[in-house]
Amino acid sequence: MAKITYIENNGKSHTIDVANGLSVMEGAVQNNITGIDADCGGSMACATCHVYVKEEWFDKLPKKEDGEEDMLDMAFEPKKFSRLSCQLMVSDDLDGLVVNLPTKQV
Amino acid sequence: MKKIDALIIGAGPTGLFTAHQLSLIGLNCEIVDNLDKIGGQCIELYPDKPIYDIPAIPECTGEELTNNLINQLKPFNIKFHMSERVDEVKNNSGNWEVKTSKGTKFSTPNVIIAGGVGSFEPRKFAPKECEKYENKTIFYSVKDKSIFKGKTVSIFGGGDSALDWAIELSKNSKINLIHRRDEFRGAQSSVDKVKELEKEGKISLFTHYQLKNVKGSNNLESIEIEHDNKELKNIKTDYILGFFGLIMQLGPIVDWGLNLDKKTIAVDTEKFETNQKGIYAVGDISSYPGKLKLILSGFHEGALAARACFKLARPNEKYRFEFTTSSKTIKNRLGVKE
Repeated sequence: MAKITYIENNGKSHTIDVANGLSVMEGAVQNNITGIDADCGGSMACATCHVYVKEEWFDKLPKKEDGEEDMLDMAFEPKKFSRLSCQLMVSDDLDGLVVNLPTKQV
Repeated sequence: MKKIDALIIGAGPTGLFTAHQLSLIGLNCEIVDNLDKIGGQCIELYPDKPIYDIPAIPECTGEELTNNLINQLKPFNIKFHMSERVDEVKNNSGNWEVKTSKGTKFSTPNVIIAGGVGSFEPRKFAPKECEKYENKTIFYSVKDKSIFKGKTVSIFGGGDSALDWAIELSKNSKINLIHRRDEFRGAQSSVDKVKELEKEGKISLFTHYQLKNVKGSNNLESIEIEHDNKELKNIKTDYILGFFGLIMQLGPIVDWGLNLDKKTIAVDTEKFETNQKGIYAVGDISSYPGKLKLILSGFHEGALAARACFKLARPNEKYRFEFTTSSKTIKNRLGVKE
């Protein structure tokens, strides 16, 4: 289990206990957090679960696999600390993770 | 106006198999899809990715699955309307009158929405000012390349579309290719070609840059691009092309009076009918308790929706359940000789 904080673009913050084994995207979708669309359901095919990871967390996360960077090319306003939240699997190590949501996903 | 027994929206796997089911039970149907190719997400998103959970097919790619479904439909000569989006669905005394973006009109008692996650639309530039120039000097696809002759064209993106158009248009135009990182996901041969053209001075390459703003009055004059390190650059340009892939949007479906739940349509699990009589939703776009977004679920949903269509298309006939192994009628429809 990890406490994950999702900060919407308007500043509204949600801190949620997400079970290990779920993705950061699923944690958001199951808790009805607006701002993560996840149109493709986590198959890394749409770039609508795009988040900005807090800088101090970025290097602690598992590196991007092939394909994630390609999909991020298509995300709305990708930045240096952009990730696809469907590729971030929750474990105890992610306790305290903070992600900011972009102004929009599409 | 074309009179048909059922109209299917979406030519993905679910739409294709639903057409097969309708045809087997003797109903005619046509298929409309916004994309230019048959196959939906299977072709647009993962043509080369293997799928492992299609019953009786241990492994196949999205493209193979699509080709098999098209082959399975061959006996029925289904008419496809590709690159057309269904814009209007209106009820006229029990029948649905449907109009597409190209003006094709249908009248049918049954509309089956097999729309996946909606229609694919190009992903657009972030700055709001870009809307003003859209389809004038900012494009997300190329329809007539002759307009770029002798002009400066700034192309954004790192995939095959961006690379291919940069190469092609560099023959007659001055090209700026701008991408957010220095790796390109397009074919290596195209990347090599672009680097070669850069050396020859035919393409100016700007990597680690993204579009910050567009400037101009009536006509587009220049773009401002921003480097990862926040440095800004101003570039004169006549045209902008953006190739950021496709996104999926529900589109006009939201206006048809259907019960929507986020981006899905609520249906019952007997007929897969929506809150509107004669409008069904099958595949990824449908939602009901226990819904699984699997291709196999779409097949099941399409088969049941097809039976429901029979009642509305043939109100005076009784539907008889038959197996393809034994039914003469079905074998005739399939063109199988005994």
